[in-house]
Amino acid sequence: MAENYQLVDRQPGRPLAMHPQKFALWLFLVTVVMLFAAFTSALIVRQADGDWLVYDLPNLLQISTGIIVLGSLSMHWAYISAKKDRFDQLKIAMPLTVILGVAFLVSQWMAWGQLVDSKVWFSFGNPAGSFFYVITGVHALHLISGVFYLIYVLISSLRSKVHSKNMLNMEMCSTYWHFLGGLWIYLYIFLIMNH
Amino acid sequence: MATAEAHTDSHAHDHDHEHKDSFITKYIFCQDHKVIAKQFLITGMFWAIIGGAFSAIFRMQLGFPDADLGWLQPLLGKWISADGKLDTEFYLALVTMHGTIMVFFVLTAGLSGTFSNFLIPLQIGARDMASGFMNMLSYWFFFLSSVIMFISLFLETGPASGGWVVYPPLSALPQAMSGSGLGMTLWLVAMVFFIVSSLLGGINYITTVINLRTRGMSMWKLPLTIWAFFLTAVIGVLSFPVLFAAALLLVFDRSFGTSFYLSEIYIGGEALPNLGGSPILYQHLFWFLGHPEVYIVLLPALGITSEIIATNSRKPIFGYKAMVISLLGITVLSFVVWAHHMFVTGMNPFLGSIFMFLTLIIAIPSAVKVFNYLTTLWRGNIIFTPAMLFSIGLVSVFISGGITGVFLGNSAIDIQLHDTYFVVAHFHLVMGSASFFGMVAGVYHWFPKMFGRMMDRKLGYIHFWFTFVGVYLVFFPMHYIGIAGFPRRYYSFTNFDAFSGFTDLNAFISVAALITFIAQFIFLFNFVYSIFRGKKAPANPWKSNTLEWTTPINPGHGNWPGEIPPVYRWPYDYSKPGAEDDFIPQNVPFSETMESNLPHENDEIALEKDIDELVVDETGEHHDQH
Ligand code: HEM
Ligand SMILES: [Cu+2]
Repeated sequence: MAENYQLVDRQPGRPLAMHPQKFALWLFLVTVVMLFAAFTSALIVRQADGDWLVYDLPNLLQISTGIIVLGSLSMHWAYISAKKDRFDQLKIAMPLTVILGVAFLVSQWMAWGQLVDSKVWFSFGNPAGSFFYVITGVHALHLISGVFYLIYVLISSLRSKVHSKNMLNMEMCSTYWHFLGGLWIYLYIFLIMNH
Repeated sequence: MATAEAHTDSHAHDHDHEHKDSFITKYIFCQDHKVIAKQFLITGMFWAIIGGAFSAIFRMQLGFPDADLGWLQPLLGKWISADGKLDTEFYLALVTMHGTIMVFFVLTAGLSGTFSNFLIPLQIGARDMASGFMNMLSYWFFFLSSVIMFISLFLETGPASGGWVVYPPLSALPQAMSGSGLGMTLWLVAMVFFIVSSLLGGINYITTVINLRTRGMSMWKLPLTIWAFFLTAVIGVLSFPVLFAAALLLVFDRSFGTSFYLSEIYIGGEALPNLGGSPILYQHLFWFLGHPEVYIVLLPALGITSEIIATNSRKPIFGYKAMVISLLGITVLSFVVWAHHMFVTGMNPFLGSIFMFLTLIIAIPSAVKVFNYLTTLWRGNIIFTPAMLFSIGLVSVFISGGITGVFLGNSAIDIQLHDTYFVVAHFHLVMGSASFFGMVAGVYHWFPKMFGRMMDRKLGYIHFWFTFVGVYLVFFPMHYIGIAGFPRRYYSFTNFDAFSGFTDLNAFISVAALITFIAQFIFLFNFVYSIFRGKKAPANPWKSNTLEWTTPINPGHGNWPGEIPPVYRWPYDYSKPGAEDDFIPQNVPFSETMESNLPHENDEIALEKDIDELVVDETGEHHDQH
């Protein structure tokens, strides 16, 4: 197919060669970016008004960050394995990614606990704290959807539906997963700078 | 696309009967973009009637504050007091719901939902949307949102009442007014579903335009309608998530005790626990969506107008590239002007100047578009169909309303005019009337493609003149009232000495508004009657160039019975010198029109072979390249 397109690369515009579903996924990621752009810029605007509670970020966040980086690595491992049809490795890498995803969520939950212990609440406190809960919470919700997608791909790989000739879901899932990881790292750096 | 293939009826003569589809899959959970478009249209029309009726009621209150509205009691129940007066809080609810319904449910979902859905696949040459399922979902989320919003109208405490912009603290505190209770909650829930619906739709429109164009359809050969729908979807995808963020924080403030927007508020002498929030923050978030939203409402109407004006002037659109570039310019600029809605919030005057500057720049692409419409009309062989009249009407109201935008964009003038009827006049002309005209024009123009029948022309003319004269009679006088300082959203002006004038003018506006509203039923009748009894439509009733007219008169799912026609030329070859007919459809190759080709078009003949050679892969299996 790809070669055919080259034939006519000049005049007649040839629709994009990207799979429509993948393209739609990218558009969805754009909406997620806009959502967090809204939250983070709202935080900055609000912070500039003064009367801002400075609190210590829970140190568990470092662990979360480590976990999510590992999750991205194992996702990539799963992706490579599927592409090379190494199913034994795929069957280790996919569950590992799911476990790391869940571990990240648990770690975030415990980080909330740490924050509550240091008396920074979601409700009836300074918006500084509330912003932290909203940003991490909405990110976690997206991550939960990512875990569901991982589980879906995991099940398809167990049913041998993921292999080098059928990579669509694997590719989309890994795009989403790396995106969520990257998003977290951005948010983490952002929170370090503006907590 | 395999399913689309299967549904396509290969026998052109019996396209009326569709096998396989039951009533449910055909009309209810249907994934055919044409059916979904009609679902959006009819839901939108339903909302338009409600939204219009609301304005009729509050206009009666404004025009005739002493009148006895007791006769509305059967309809409004306890919202009309025993002595025939409209409840004051319900007045605010009416204004709020009128705005919400018109902006979001009619002119966003009803307009984009109808025409993006209907025209994108038909005009770019695709069997359906990129994802029929997501498209269906988009409608049903909209439906769910509509149901919730509709239910909120019947609440004991009334629907949301804080204005369509739902500024906190009014909207954040349930105790602030009765509409801020359950009504506001339902408003937020409905809007969340609405945003989901818009995003699903928008993602689909963009993907379809980028990925599924037929052979030869380069971006520079797209009809301007498609450019407009495409960029509308881009704006939506970028701005609706921000509204979502604003709404989410508002939900937390309302129900979870956070203080994003609330600070130091006393109610009945008691301090609320909320500290440290900023209501201005909400305005920033809201208007970051809000201003792009007004273009989401407008651009599809402009696209529809481009198409109709070119077709019915029998002339190529003037400055096609300039039109596209203006659309792009508007898209980009629409994101950097939001604070012109907030000049009086005490913002830094320097920042105000920047936003003033950016705001005034956006007048340029708007003016380019107007100029190009006028030059397209200039010396055209104009055919005054009802669609054409409404399109010309759009250009007119867009000019009248756009000029006042330039006034308002100057922060110094806006201090006087903000929140007065001048603003109401501005946006009802430039957005309300213009988009409404575009929507109606689109219905008149594409009705034959939608329902295989023609709408009645005479009724269309009557409808046009009532509406066109009507909107000017309603909104033009509002400029005076606004300059006189009358604030918007007031229940009545009789209690203020300063505002005791203009009672006659207000009464006049109200009469005009009622007549205009009633005139819309001519359209409604025409619409419903023509679906069943209209004249049967010919294949290409307006002698138009775009691809939708190459489909069967009543296209089935999949749109073209055989192969999708390839495209060789731009959509505006009207009255081309030397050509036999005064129009050359997009799917006619240059090799067949030697008599009218321009020199550079002769060069393209060599390339046509390539278009014909392209293999269409309709199996739905996309081959990934790495
Ligand atoms: C010529 C370019 C335009 C300029 C310079 C302009 C400027 C403005 C300004 C400064 C305001 C704020 C007035 C105030 O609240 O005090 C305003 C309000 C508004 N404009 Fe425009 N405008 C322009 C075109 C448009 C267009 C094309 C649309 C819609 C299609 C539109 C829709 C609105 C709406 C809906 C509001 C009022 C929102 C509300 O407060 O409820 N404007 N405009
Ligand atoms: Cu604006």
